Amino acid sequence: MTDAQADGRPEGRPANSILTPTRRMKRRKAAEKRFKLYGMIAVTVGILALVFLLTSILGRGLSAFEQTMVEIPVELPAETLDPEGNRDPAEMQRVTTFSYAPLVADALADVIAAEAIEIEGLEPSDLGGFISQEAAAQLRNFVLANPEAVGTTLEAELLAGGRIDGYMKGRVTMETAALDSNVSVEQLRLADALEEAGYLKTSFNWDFITAPDASDQRPEAAGLGVAILGSFYMMIVVLVLALPIGVAASIYLEEFAPKNRLTDIIEVNISNLAAVPSIVFGILGLAIFINFMGLPQSAPIVGGLVLTLMTLPTIIIATRAALKAVPPSIRDAALGVGASKMQSVFHHVLPLAMPGILTGTIIGLAQALGETAPLLLIGMVAFVREYPDAPPEGFFDPASALPVQVYNWTQRADPAFVERASGAIIVLLVFLVLMNTVAVILRRRLERRW
Amino acid sequence: MKDERLTERSVDMKDIKIAARGVQVYYGDTHAIKDVDVEIQDKTVTAFIGPSGCGKSTFLRCLNRMNDTIDSARVEGDIRLDGEDIYDPRVDPVQLRARVGMVFQKPNPFPKSIYDNVAYGPKIHGMARNKADLDDIVERALRRAALWDEAKDRLQAPGTGLSGGQQQRLCIARAVATEPEVLLMDEPCSALDPIATDQVENLIHELRQNYSVVIVTHSMQQAARVSQKTAFFHLGHLVEYGETGQIFTNPRDTRTESYITGRIG
Ligand SMILES: Nc1ncnc2c1ncn2[C@@H]1O[C@H](COP(=O)(O)OP(=O)(O)O)[C@@H](O)[C@H]1O
Ligand SMILES: [Mg+2]
Repeated sequence: MTDAQADGRPEGRPANSILTPTRRMKRRKAAEKRFKLYGMIAVTVGILALVFLLTSILGRGLSAFEQTMVEIPVELPAETLDPEGNRDPAEMQRVTTFSYAPLVADALADVIAAEAIEIEGLEPSDLGGFISQEAAAQLRNFVLANPEAVGTTLEAELLAGGRIDGYMKGRVTMETAALDSNVSVEQLRLADALEEAGYLKTSFNWDFITAPDASDQRPEAAGLGVAILGSFYMMIVVLVLALPIGVAASIYLEEFAPKNRLTDIIEVNISNLAAVPSIVFGILGLAIFINFMGLPQSAPIVGGLVLTLMTLPTIIIATRAALKAVPPSIRDAALGVGASKMQSVFHHVLPLAMPGILTGTIIGLAQALGETAPLLLIGMVAFVREYPDAPPEGFFDPASALPVQVYNWTQRADPAFVERASGAIIVLLVFLVLMNTVAVILRRRLERRW
Repeated sequence: MKDERLTERSVDMKDIKIAARGVQVYYGDTHAIKDVDVEIQDKTVTAFIGPSGCGKSTFLRCLNRMNDTIDSARVEGDIRLDGEDIYDPRVDPVQLRARVGMVFQKPNPFPKSIYDNVAYGPKIHGMARNKADLDDIVERALRRAALWDEAKDRLQAPGTGLSGGQQQRLCIARAVATEPEVLLMDEPCSALDPIATDQVENLIHELRQNYSVVIVTHSMQQAARVSQKTAFFHLGHLVEYGETGQIFTNPRDTRTESYITGRIG
């Protein structure tokens, strides 16, 4: 209407000052403002959700990186640990952890006596549960590795029990302990007294990152070593298989393949594969790699193969997009000076597409690193305490994986495992952030050349 | 091979470099080039003129088989380079393009250094035995493209960082570095300012001493300035082909006349 007026009787129009916005302009401005507002609200909601997620995970999981240790002198009597008296590790092997457990309890009792700690109602059986059952096993490993230590008194650093550790971190309180059959109020009092006397200390928990998983009763000893190694092996398998196969397939499809029905069908199916739920790949992997090809269960090679299948569509789609984004004039230029198709692709197109390819690959890898469902189906959820060997044999050894370990720990009854699971999530997130940083750096490097 | 041509030249200064007969080009169902016959002479600048969409670029791209890269394009007819059919199944288009170079409408330097842009062709064709040879070739090509003085101090700088006119001259240097016998130029000046256009036109004069140059141009003044022969295309037909002077002063076809006097186009 304003237009008609403008055309019809231009002098009838109000004084057309640019200082006063027209009504139309005002409406457009308002729409723009509203849109900006929606955008800002969406971003704020996103950031809040992220902050909430991070604080909740960090709040629960950071304490997993600390561990309460009991530092006490432990006597290693020769008569029980080395009955033959020849310090032969093969002979000493016969002495089981059960013989070591009383040594730990005795050591604790000695300290209590020496420090004259009096706690009402402290039963002798409380001493056994105060220190982790894992401590006896660790003591045994130490003695077998150092037979000459037998007969001496060792200044040992022993894992405190899970509840005591929880008490030091504030997770367990006197009130909860009263209701908990696994810990008594007296044990907590003992912890207070020992801390005062300087026998309890908290230090960074390297074992959480390097040690293997532990059983349900020993959350304090559970670590991520096997899971990290397993995830790492799987990433190697995925990288070595998915990157070359994916890039080669993309180059062929994008640059060389004739455009016909068959390649159309292939293209559509690759896009569809990217949307297939990952658990389907797990079933496929179980059927093909384990049941048909007879590869071992729980092995990183199988996990890697399944994740490769899952990652390939992502890499292919990203690579094809990157290749498509290279301007055709570059191909023309290369062909125009007499380069062959192959030369134009490898000398000019591929280097220009490289940042996109790398980004796609790393996103694919990051997805694979966090993938859980398919790994459950191929048995990676098994309880594995043995580290896999070095590659290549190690690819066939049982191992766990980071996300599966998280899943596994959240399934366990002991609340101490919630802390461990959150800690494992933090480790997983750190790896993901590292990978994304590498992607960004690589992309910057490659792009900044021109 | 060169010596042969030298002796030939002494017999006939204007022998035919490319002979096209009955050329048809289809893009799918679109008939873009309709039965074109043309003979392009050696050591001559031939201009293709005509309104937009009449098929100048399409025909030009037939001459070094760049149309092979377009899936829907189909070329029929007979095009001979020095008497040899370039669409013969035994011909490798890659080998052909080393002899028939091309400069495109939009400057398209590789995102590499100036040096690498020019050296790329000679490298892949094994024209240099060592680094010094290659340096020589690069310098010669850049001098011919009138870019040496501007580029000699920044050979390692990216070619994409040059101005539009410099980029186009770099593309010309890249094309001449492989010593082609025919140079095809598709509206090489359409993205250039008058000064750069002038430089490129001078360059075309230079190149004529050694090559046969085919230039597609939108500007009739340019065609008149640089070419000896002119072909006028209209709706896929080659309407008229002859001496440039004759085409511009005394066209035989009314369509040509209308176009050069500005009534169609
Ligand atoms: N790649 C292509 N696919 C389909 N049609 C094309 C293609 N390139 C050119 N054409 C058509 O062929 C005709 C000639 O185009 P072109 O040779 O580019 O004309 P000019 O260079 O004379 O402006 C036009 O009608 C154009 O639409
Ligand atoms: Mg054109």
